[in-house]
Amino acid sequence: MKKSRVGVFVCHCGHNIARAIDIKSVMEKIRKYPGVAHVEDYIYLCADPGQKIVADKIKDKNLDAIVIANCSPNLHEKTFRDLVESVNMNRFKCEIANIREQCSWPHDQEREKATLKSVKIIESVIEKVKQNQELEPIRVPLTKKALVIGGGIAGIQAALDIANGGFKVILLERRATIGGKMAQLSETFPTLDCPQCIMTPKMVAVAKHENITLMTYSALESLEGYVGNFTVKIREKAKYVDWDKCVGCGDCTEKCPAKVDSEFDAKLSKRKAIYRDFPQAVPNKFVIDAEHCIKLTKGKCGVCEKICPAKAIKYDDKDEIIEEKIGAVIVATGFDLFGLEKVGEYGYGKYKDVIDGLQFERILAASGPTGGKVERPSDGKTPKDVVFIQCVGSRDPEFGMPYCSSICCMYTAKQAMLFKHAVPEGQPYIFCMDIRSTGKGYEEFVQRAVEEDGVVYLRGRVSKIYQDDDKIMVWGADMASGKKVEIPADLVVLSTAIVPAEGIKDLASKLRITTDEYGFLKEAHLKLQPVETLTSGIFIAGTAQSPKDITDTVAQASAAASKIMALFSSKEYIRSPTIARVDEDVCKGCGICVNACTYSAIELDTIKKISKVNEALCEGCGACAAVCPSGAMQQKNYTKKQLLDMISVATEDYDKG
Amino acid sequence: MAENNSDKNIVYYPGCTLHTWAKSLSDTFIESFKKLDINLHELSDWSCCQAVFPLARDNIMGLVPAARILIQAREHGDILTTLCSFCFNVLRRTNNAIQTDGEIRAKLNAYLEEDYTGDVHVLHPLEILKVMVGFDKLKSKVTKPCGNIKIGPYYGCQLIRPPKEMKFDDPEDPKLLDMFLESIGCEVVNFPFKVECCGSYQIVQGEDMVADRAYAILSNARKNGAEAIALSCPLCFYNLDTRQNLITQKYTDFSPMPVFYFTELMGMALGIDEGLCGFDKHKVDPGILLESLQKSSDTQEHVTVKNDQNKLGVN
Ligand SMILES: Cc1cc2nc3c(=O)[nH]c(=O)nc-3n(C[C@H](O)[C@H](O)[C@H](O)COP(=O)(O)OP(=O)(O)OC[C@H]3O[C@@H](n4cnc5c(N)ncnc54)[C@H](O)[C@@H]3O)c2cc1C
Repeated sequence: MKKSRVGVFVCHCGHNIARAIDIKSVMEKIRKYPGVAHVEDYIYLCADPGQKIVADKIKDKNLDAIVIANCSPNLHEKTFRDLVESVNMNRFKCEIANIREQCSWPHDQEREKATLKSVKIIESVIEKVKQNQELEPIRVPLTKKALVIGGGIAGIQAALDIANGGFKVILLERRATIGGKMAQLSETFPTLDCPQCIMTPKMVAVAKHENITLMTYSALESLEGYVGNFTVKIREKAKYVDWDKCVGCGDCTEKCPAKVDSEFDAKLSKRKAIYRDFPQAVPNKFVIDAEHCIKLTKGKCGVCEKICPAKAIKYDDKDEIIEEKIGAVIVATGFDLFGLEKVGEYGYGKYKDVIDGLQFERILAASGPTGGKVERPSDGKTPKDVVFIQCVGSRDPEFGMPYCSSICCMYTAKQAMLFKHAVPEGQPYIFCMDIRSTGKGYEEFVQRAVEEDGVVYLRGRVSKIYQDDDKIMVWGADMASGKKVEIPADLVVLSTAIVPAEGIKDLASKLRITTDEYGFLKEAHLKLQPVETLTSGIFIAGTAQSPKDITDTVAQASAAASKIMALFSSKEYIRSPTIARVDEDVCKGCGICVNACTYSAIELDTIKKISKVNEALCEGCGACAAVCPSGAMQQKNYTKKQLLDMISVATEDYDKG
Repeated sequence: MAENNSDKNIVYYPGCTLHTWAKSLSDTFIESFKKLDINLHELSDWSCCQAVFPLARDNIMGLVPAARILIQAREHGDILTTLCSFCFNVLRRTNNAIQTDGEIRAKLNAYLEEDYTGDVHVLHPLEILKVMVGFDKLKSKVTKPCGNIKIGPYYGCQLIRPPKEMKFDDPEDPKLLDMFLESIGCEVVNFPFKVECCGSYQIVQGEDMVADRAYAILSNARKNGAEAIALSCPLCFYNLDTRQNLITQKYTDFSPMPVFYFTELMGMALGIDEGLCGFDKHKVDPGILLESLQKSSDTQEHVTVKNDQNKLGVN
């Protein structure tokens, strides 16, 4: 092997590194290290003059690899790799030795030890870079079409953004219409505009957009492939109505004899077996709920078929599987509410006048079952004393949900306010733990509820509610007075916790993405990659990731869309080549690596009895290399030999001491 | 399995009140179980269980009495039963702690010079009835169904809380006592206060508070249609029956309501000697209800006692 000529550049990072580390003595030690041809320091290596020093010295000193001793590779690895490439050095011949976050910062008061440690860090990286291979990035072709799963406001926004950017989008929704939960709301905090005004135009835009294919009443069946090159199968559920013929007149639903609790009205009204969720549905078409249709369950009836003027009824309709090629996915499957029936203290959902937030939205909504007149479910009377209870399930480790649902403080204030507008003689009470009103205009909104609408906030928990004649008795604590309070209420509204949409785990496993401990979709990095997942090409947005309001949902949806547009804007997709590689002569095909891989990137060739790495799927995490018993599986530029050499160099002196 | 019950020794720990204040609870239990072919072996040399499970986690000394009882029980069988809700609470939780907490287990065993790992099953008689006997079988053994009395099942707190340790029943809406009462033919009245605390030991220094609690509980039961209460805990019985006079003194609108141990009703339904029920020791005379019960089993027709309620008196 040809002798290496490694150049080492040590950065002071102003005082950040120089204060804690004796740079001179570091340089002296490093100069003597085998293979080092040049050592130099500079106050800010990342600045222009610093970069110039590095570029010049690579040429002048004929260096074949360099180590930059500075901050975390997250910050400037790319900077220096781009630099070396500009002077014709392979980018993988440049490595970062992190002596700031991993040395000068934590060891600020221990100069001698910090100096020794930074020498060790640099030496071990020299050892690595000497053995680095010159690699070329992997280029993969791209299908410039996105799939957005979930047609709530998040999915709608993301689909429109991508479509407006000039790329094709399939918007997949499991209900017959898009709109999600926002379509069910009365008015929205903090501006009190009604969703009909601000969302229905977007729904219509989706339907009309030439770049968007809307697939409602459908579900993802499977996803294969990798970023830029996914193949998805979509199950289009049998609708029993021919949508090419259905004009949405609604004659069928009027005559249908089968009644079912309406999902859209949160069980506060009945819909028919042939139905659409609401009159502004997009697409404006009907479906038959096969589970409740008398014709489909018992063979009798057939009224809708007789009545339909468009002859659209199709009792022999079947599910269809459609295959599509796409390049990237956004998952925006939204949320559900934690079920009232799980909360024993509050009656397990058995009291009719104890309802959840979405039900009260429907009662307040002009489009709701009472046309916006506030009537309670049990007897239709207008409630006077309404008690709101926040944090039902949320922030409660007993229910396994220690997290804050984040929107309840605001929507409770809104609902109390809207109730007061509808029933001026009424009195809303809100039991809260705190009031979290951190968004723009939110705190002012809460204050308005208190000052202008006389909403009474009681800080404390409610221990029990029970039915007493036609009142719902509420026993709570008021921390301000230190007393127990008892409120005979006409209606109780529970802000039950926001939980991930049903079926999320199953969907996540089909997409090879992960969920957090509560089932929300997990982002690649909470702060720096909030809409990415650990699987390239799959993005997340909205309440599927965590509870959030419309403002944040829309922002996140646009962020995810812009990530996809960035991806689609290049000719091909470029991936890092530091991925796993099998030494076919050593591999015995035991298959342990196959199970270790979370990205399904390894396949077992059962005939040749060896593992094969799919270069497009491998994310270079190294899990396979770590578990491989024979050492056949190695990660490029992180080989076992490299890592062991790095460790022995790093620990040498400590061993002696 | 039911047929072999007689082979199975169930160890019975009575606890302090069962031979004194709550004698009828014990007597009717033993006699009823005889009718169901279940042998009870009463522990001979038993001591107080300590009554309250220590609130401090490091108060391991406080677990010694219960551990001693569990170890004694192990000699005679693998199931230990007890009636008093406090004893049940302490015994089950101590056993649980011995099973799951290595430190507690080690320290108790070191102190008692034993090697007990928590393998005795601590079961409440209601659990035995449900799991080992079966409510269907119990129902088939009933000779005098209590068809006429509308009973509110009252659970109190010690039976069910803390739910994660007691694992007895749903803490907010328990059903076991309801199911039992149904199987002996009672008309069960569900009422929201069935798990409210009766005031417990506060009776010692806060009679007024207990009067309030008891008034709330009994009135709520009555409001929902109950004519009497059934319960299992001697302290609840004391607060709700023995000291019911506190309520009548404080609340003039309150008319007395009979309170039964569930075992008394079981005994009546299974046809044991009524003398064992010790109704004369009840402060609220359940006489009229019992008469109607008698009538119902003779004539099987419905008689309402509600109108006669004013005839009930506090002894
Ligand atoms: C009572 C209440 C009041 C609120 N009031 C306000 C307010 O006033 N202002 C405000 O800013 N926010 C409010 N919010 C919050 C607001 O509802 C959410 O921020 C918003 O709806 C989130 O949109 P989303 O698209 O993430 O989820 P969703 O609206 O839940 O949409 C998700 C969509 O995905 C679909 N889906 C789910 N799983 C699948 C699957 N596997 N395949 C295909 N499709 C699937 C669902 O059918 C649904 O259409 C309120 C929330 C509640 C509960």
